[in-house]
Amino acid sequence: MDAPTPDARAMPTITYGPPIAMLAEVTHRCPLSCPYCSNPIELTKRDGELPTEVWVDVFRQAAELGVLQMHLSGGEPASRRDLEDLVTACREYDLYSNLITSGIGLTEKRLAGLQERGLDHVQLSLQGVDAEMADLIGGYKGGYSRKMDVGKWTTALDLPLTLNAVVHEKNIDRLPEMIDLAVTIGARRLEVATVQFHGWADKNRAALMPTREQAKLCGQRVAEARERLKGTLVIDYVPADHHADYPKPCMGGWGSTGLNVVPDGRVMPCHAAHTIPHLVFDNVKERPLAEIWEHSSAFNAYRGFDWMQEPCRSCDRKTRDFGGCRCQAMAMAGDAAATDPVCIKSPLHAKMQAMAQADAQSDGELTYRVMPK
Amino acid sequence: MIPENDIPRLLSGCRTKYDKVRGNWVLLAPERAIKLDDIGAAILAETDGVRSLGGILDVLAEKYNAPRDQISGDVVKFLESLRDRRMLEVS
Repeated sequence: MDAPTPDARAMPTITYGPPIAMLAEVTHRCPLSCPYCSNPIELTKRDGELPTEVWVDVFRQAAELGVLQMHLSGGEPASRRDLEDLVTACREYDLYSNLITSGIGLTEKRLAGLQERGLDHVQLSLQGVDAEMADLIGGYKGGYSRKMDVGKWTTALDLPLTLNAVVHEKNIDRLPEMIDLAVTIGARRLEVATVQFHGWADKNRAALMPTREQAKLCGQRVAEARERLKGTLVIDYVPADHHADYPKPCMGGWGSTGLNVVPDGRVMPCHAAHTIPHLVFDNVKERPLAEIWEHSSAFNAYRGFDWMQEPCRSCDRKTRDFGGCRCQAMAMAGDAAATDPVCIKSPLHAKMQAMAQADAQSDGELTYRVMPK
Repeated sequence: MIPENDIPRLLSGCRTKYDKVRGNWVLLAPERAIKLDDIGAAILAETDGVRSLGGILDVLAEKYNAPRDQISGDVVKFLESLRDRRMLEVS
């Protein structure tokens, strides 16, 4: 370690290198209105979105900073007419480009054009295994059928395809069919991600929270399918942490591996960080990305271990799970520096599990994501 | 096992790149960036979709002046791990 500089005491312990991945939420516009959307409740309108040239410059800065993978997301990134230019910029700066899409807004021709411009990978969302379920959750009639077309076009073009299935109380039992679908359509990867209950999803806890039994069966099925489909389909799994005993290592540690730029240019350590009200986010319109990564107060707020309270501070798991999810701590403990209530050592653990169980056993109307007028 | 006559090939969407910021080679793949050590980088540099496994072993043995039998196990293990992760195919 270097000798401490005069202001070192005010600085957190440096435990991070350059970011590996950037999530570019290029728009909040989306034809779908999934009730668990990870976008904030207060969505940015079209006129608040960064223009093409600013995104392109941010991509250049990201590549210089050390970002290897650029995840083009939204909203629906295909809602932007300049998606082609954004993909071109990724290739120009030698960034691996990943299109995270609902499929709506893509045609076979547009997809082939994106591939020509250097698109590396397509991640297609899956709301269900039939039109009835998928269109109910997505709130968009005809969405499922279009999605299946997009999946087929993608694999026919020899673009690698990942299906991203968000699972919850209403569709988690149909996981075997989702796995079959992924194999049939020729996806190389399947992400099975249990709904994370922030933002919009938090409004839908009663409708979407899986039961402990459902979550357990899902985990067993994933393990079985991974073994059976080795070399055919890779499965990534985000379990239902409300039914777990230890928290997930959220973001691999706050501000350690990735950053998220939202449509209006603010830079966040994760896509739910806006739920922590006291954080102040710097904007790429006002500050270079490298400076934001290193000095932004929001990024430094929970970096390393110095911010931790007990029981995290003296816990030997802290280097593995980093105290869990800051946004979940904020939501349940009212303090983003508290232990994630998912952890069995949290004083709120029992309360959180009881709430999750109550939500799992009740049902409710779906509250869909809506754009402001 | 991979027979020596078979040809390994990185799948579409999987490519290597020299990471100037960190000073090492990486394999970029869907949702993954894998840091390559010198051996991994050397193997993938010869995995061009034309050479057979046997051909790759010949080149590596010659280039690094290493006994072919000794490196064979590591090379196959590495390629198989990429195949299991759907980043490489063998034909």
